[in-house]
Amino acid sequence: MTKRLCAGLTALLLLSVVCGVALGPVSVPFTDVVRFLKAAVVGDVIQAAEAGAYRIVWDIRLPRVLLAAVVGAGLSVVGVAIQAMVRNALADPYVLGISSGASVGATAVATMGLFASLGIYALSTAAFLSALIAMALVYLAARRGGLTPLRLVLTGTAMAYGFSAIAMLLVFQAPRGEAARAAMFWLLGSLGGVTWASLPAAAVTVVAGTVYLRTRAKQLNAMSMGDETATTLGVDVTRTRKTLFVVTAAMTGVLVAVSGAVGFVGLMLPHLVRLVVGADHRRVLTIAPLAGACFLIWVDVAARLLAAPEELPLGVITAALGVPCFVFLMRGRGYVFGGK
Amino acid sequence: MDVEVDGVVVDGILRGVEFAARKGEVHGIVGPNGSGKSTTLRCVYRALTPSGGAVRLDGRPLAAMSIRDTARQLAALTQDSQVEFDFTVAEVVAMGRLPHQSGFDRETARDREVCASALSRVDAAHLADRSFLSLSGGERQRVLIARALAQEPRVLVLDEPTNHLDINHQLAVLALVRGLGVTVLAVLHDLNLAAAYCDRIHVLDAGRVVASGTAEEVLTPEVLADVFRVRAHVVRHPVSGVPQLLFEHQEVLP
Repeated sequence: MTKRLCAGLTALLLLSVVCGVALGPVSVPFTDVVRFLKAAVVGDVIQAAEAGAYRIVWDIRLPRVLLAAVVGAGLSVVGVAIQAMVRNALADPYVLGISSGASVGATAVATMGLFASLGIYALSTAAFLSALIAMALVYLAARRGGLTPLRLVLTGTAMAYGFSAIAMLLVFQAPRGEAARAAMFWLLGSLGGVTWASLPAAAVTVVAGTVYLRTRAKQLNAMSMGDETATTLGVDVTRTRKTLFVVTAAMTGVLVAVSGAVGFVGLMLPHLVRLVVGADHRRVLTIAPLAGACFLIWVDVAARLLAAPEELPLGVITAALGVPCFVFLMRGRGYVFGGK
Repeated sequence: MDVEVDGVVVDGILRGVEFAARKGEVHGIVGPNGSGKSTTLRCVYRALTPSGGAVRLDGRPLAAMSIRDTARQLAALTQDSQVEFDFTVAEVVAMGRLPHQSGFDRETARDREVCASALSRVDAAHLADRSFLSLSGGERQRVLIARALAQEPRVLVLDEPTNHLDINHQLAVLALVRGLGVTVLAVLHDLNLAAAYCDRIHVLDAGRVVASGTAEEVLTPEVLADVFRVRAHVVRHPVSGVPQLLFEHQEVLP
């Protein structure tokens, strides 16, 4: 069943990519999209009159759609891993404070113009660097007395409040209202202005991270049963949790740096996938990246279309789509989470 | 496999616990609340590293073995089993194969066979497709025992295995573990069950073993008065002849 679902979702993903490229304030016919993509990949001739449409497809839409897929896949996978690692159904990629850390760097750039020499990469660079600092701080603070699930969640949450306070302070101190707006927009997540250059680092991180986490699926299963049980099943819990922390935090840092803090995907997609395929992480970690990728492509399409020519923040749409969907599914099946 | 608990110290809880179980023996650990029974077991199944002393399997200290190597020899039924996600019973039992599986995934036919037989041995084959979280306390306990059996251990450590079980399943589970032929260390609250199913019993009090031996040697009115502060009469079981305890009831306070 997982195999068929996997094949179905892969097909859906390809279809979503094509649709995602075709749809937007300026829509491009599907046949043209397919023809342009073919031309770009295997080489073909494009009429001079079509150059504008080709540029929209290849230079603007495609990197953006692919990045949406990468971010959606990454957030879903990280959400799954973190929920198992801290044994908490309410955890999401941001529970460890990494995204709030990133927001400090990003708002500093948006409001004070730091790293101006880096141009359009200033925001991402600053976000990633401050995510790394946040990761180190959370790790060091939680490490004493063992990296237990509760300590990680509490430390991460407490730190997140601190980082958010700094980010908010920066926003309110900003001399220009426009800068505050930009910072807020980034905080809610956006893929506007993505170029090919943003893609490789994020794609490599997400693919490598996903493959690694997938190889740890059975350990994640064991850890979901409690630390003592996992130990008796031969899992070195302390070491595994340290590695998982570093891997998930690094993935989160990269994702937040390229797309802002897109909310809800990392919390909801893991549960949606578990509803369908059950709790076994071997299946969850196979299906979640595909489902997450499709989901975020369509969210981004909605972000472009709903208020065109304005763009909506992704976080607004993930929540608007996700909440009803989640409530509906939870009512429909006897999904149990968190004990009884 | 021989298990040796040699002067194990855990600060504030265990003050040099010492006993040894030989291959195939069933050892019961009894004692009042807070005497260090579970802590002793946690040192054996490596949830806790003792601050002094050592636990050895066939003479090899646990500290010299990897956690995975230990798990290939030793399985445990622990007290922590709050589960956050909705695994099926079959998936929970399959986790018992983890220490024996290498690298990626793929359960082999033998893995599936071992799991199915473990489930049917605890009388839970019919639960295989049920959600673990939907089970009753007793059913969960049996499934967790099946997971431990699926590990094909040479030492089985059980923290209150009869917890939540009805009397029929209490007897069945203890008879089952006795019949496995592996070394068993079990914390038991029911002294009569301990007397009936254990080769040797160790009585813990305030972090120390205060009596060790067969049921006959250990479960005496004196030990029960000293350690448990109850008055008891020892009688013979009419069929098996093992010593059984009858307790004097405390007066009901008005």
